[in-house]
Amino acid sequence: MRLLLFLLGWMVKAALVLLAIVVLNFCLVRLAPGDVASVLAGESGAADPDFLARTRAEFGLDRPLPAQLLTYVGNVLSLDLGVSYRTRRPVADMVLERMPATLLLTGAAFVFALLVGPALGVLAAIRARRPADTLITVAALVFYAMPIFWVGLLFILFFSVTLGWLPPFGMRSMIPPSGDLARALDTARHLVLPALTLGLFYVAIYARLTRGAMLETAGLDYVKTARAKGLPEWRVVTAHILRNAMLPIITFAGLQAGHLVGGAIVAETVFAWPGIGRLAFDALLQRDYNLLLAVFLASAVAVVLFNFITDLLLRLADPRIGAAGR
Amino acid sequence: MINSTLWPEPPGIVLGINLNAPTLLPSTKMFEGLMTYDFDLKPVPVLAESWVIAPDGLTYTFKLRQGVKWHDGKPFTAEDVAFTFNEFLPAVHARSKTTFERVKTTAVDAHTVQLSLKEPYAPLIRSFDALSAAIVPAHVYKGSDFRANPVNQAPIGTGPFKFKEWRKGEYIHLVRNDAYWQAGKPHLDAIYYRFIPDSASRALALETGQVQLAAQTDIEFVDVARLAKLPNLKVTTGKGWEWNSTISWIEFNHRRKPFDDPRFRQAVMFALDREFMRTNIFFGLAKVATGPIQASSPFYETDVPKYGLDLAKSAALLDEMGLKPDANGVRARVKLLGLPYGELWNRVSEYVRQALGKVGIQVTLEASDVAGWGQKFGNWDYDMVVTFLSMLADPALGVSRTYVTSNIRKGVLFTNTSGYSNPEVDDLFAKAASNTDEAVRKQLYSRVQKILSTDVPVAWTVEIEWPTITSAKLHNVTINGFGPNDSFADAWLAK
Repeated sequence: MRLLLFLLGWMVKAALVLLAIVVLNFCLVRLAPGDVASVLAGESGAADPDFLARTRAEFGLDRPLPAQLLTYVGNVLSLDLGVSYRTRRPVADMVLERMPATLLLTGAAFVFALLVGPALGVLAAIRARRPADTLITVAALVFYAMPIFWVGLLFILFFSVTLGWLPPFGMRSMIPPSGDLARALDTARHLVLPALTLGLFYVAIYARLTRGAMLETAGLDYVKTARAKGLPEWRVVTAHILRNAMLPIITFAGLQAGHLVGGAIVAETVFAWPGIGRLAFDALLQRDYNLLLAVFLASAVAVVLFNFITDLLLRLADPRIGAAGR
Repeated sequence: MINSTLWPEPPGIVLGINLNAPTLLPSTKMFEGLMTYDFDLKPVPVLAESWVIAPDGLTYTFKLRQGVKWHDGKPFTAEDVAFTFNEFLPAVHARSKTTFERVKTTAVDAHTVQLSLKEPYAPLIRSFDALSAAIVPAHVYKGSDFRANPVNQAPIGTGPFKFKEWRKGEYIHLVRNDAYWQAGKPHLDAIYYRFIPDSASRALALETGQVQLAAQTDIEFVDVARLAKLPNLKVTTGKGWEWNSTISWIEFNHRRKPFDDPRFRQAVMFALDREFMRTNIFFGLAKVATGPIQASSPFYETDVPKYGLDLAKSAALLDEMGLKPDANGVRARVKLLGLPYGELWNRVSEYVRQALGKVGIQVTLEASDVAGWGQKFGNWDYDMVVTFLSMLADPALGVSRTYVTSNIRKGVLFTNTSGYSNPEVDDLFAKAASNTDEAVRKQLYSRVQKILSTDVPVAWTVEIEWPTITSAKLHNVTINGFGPNDSFADAWLAK
């Protein structure tokens, strides 16, 4: 019963949040000066008043803003996201065709970070203030502090230019090998550097989060009790310390998962990865409103969804959450 | 097979419907014009074998090449040319529209077309290249909505390369046209245009041999000199960009004081060290501009007022106007709208602020992105603005648009946005456009250049010498005035 209420409440909240996001985004993107017609004119080094007027009329950009907003919200509610001003193709198609590339990149980085980050954090915590801890803490600080594009360019210089081990950009070779397995391997090789670049940033965050949470938990009374009971050290660490230290990790993983859709603009730019973050960035510069709003919407849906999953997981990890605070 | 960089990803790849700079590179391989133009901008036959211009300049007769096939196998005929000039270009081509609205084209027979005009139009003979007038297939476009025609997704032309695939966000793939009209050409099997958003990554792609070609704005100028030193790369500067001929300038809004006073505009010219800009901002990939017409043009005039760096003269002009320095040494406060095309242009803005500060003109920089820049510039909402523009093959096409009164049109970029208006200049430009005698035109344009260089409607800074960077193994990329925007029928890759 409580779960059902939670579900219902969540759905109402999600619907309201998404509607607010649609309206807010619509207003935000219109704050920027200029429109798609002026961009196209600027790019072609020739402008013709007929062309400008026709372009604006074709997409209804000459109508008053409130009317445009109403039309847009109405269209979104009927699941029609419109066409791109620039390519005149349905934006839903454009977003969907770029989505797999982004999910592959952010997903790989996510899994890599979740596997490596907490493990390093635990290691640092149980070896606190010893060389291993120092090494991990410093490395985490470095990868957390260095801008992603800088790390990316360094990796390209080192692994592609100097060593020639890995391809520096793109998602597949120009002449892809034949055979499904060979093709998958080819994409995997292209994936290594961007996923590593993006992943290391998150590894650093998880390592620091985990280490901090572990050390904080380790000093609590119930851990001392567990040790006094004579439990073996590995049991104390896994069953008592880690279970409680996991809560901030789950929370942050939920946040990162929300970024799976739009959170890789920099990595996609440096590595020419044909994903959705880059699509959104270009759409913004080109004032391709429909396309930009579609990416925002997809990204908002992902965030809302993962917030929900995070809430569920936190309830499972700690039964006290959600039981109180009625 | 070669790889080329291409950024940004173009909105479409049909010449005429799309005119954006990134459209040109792939689409010029698929579409052809009646002619192309050599380094001196003299006509070279392509789809036209020969032509005759009547002495009164009102009739042009073209003999078309025979045996040319469209990529779908249909024959190319006079019908296609007549359709392109009469219907297609006036409807879609923002720049050539005005040229071909003057012309009526008739198909005399399958391989002859006749163009007739009401009055002579000198730049017409320099308007038949692929960028200005690519011939499109009538059997595909006739009677359709040109912009929405599905064929635009997989274009059909007569050029040496055919469309194969466009992977959004990744690359455009063209393949050899085996039925190309020049036997034995092209030499390349395929061209891939790869979208690499980051200029540092593009430079790395050239270094590692992942791509064999980058041009114009693909590589930051600061990197070009470094790449030129590498043994596996070749850098050509300026050559191949004769048709494009880009001049950069600082434009003044004449509707606002003090920009309406030529003395102020001259003072700005004397305050700028354009030689410094050439070497330190453009890294030598530029020439100091002396006026409205580029040095490579047959109509270029050297005998015009020169503006070397002269701070004393600059200050004297400002004194004469009555712009005295106040307690802080400031004579005037003005805004400068920067050009949002990367680091180089930010440095131009910063340099102008510094240089004008020395003579007491306090400049506040305004930043924006491409859309914002276009909006403000087109709507005359600026004091001064950094810009650059192509001068094209003839001053009547590329130069006069910036200075004639009849082209003051609010809300439209690349028109006479400064608001400069001078009846004598209008008259000279009009006469030069309708006179087909080159010697007479040269005299008229010389007069125009003398007047404009005195009036300084805009402060010309440099003529940009765009770089073309190729693999040392790639040959015949730059063979005429279009450089990498030529058809690549002759390009070949050494083993």
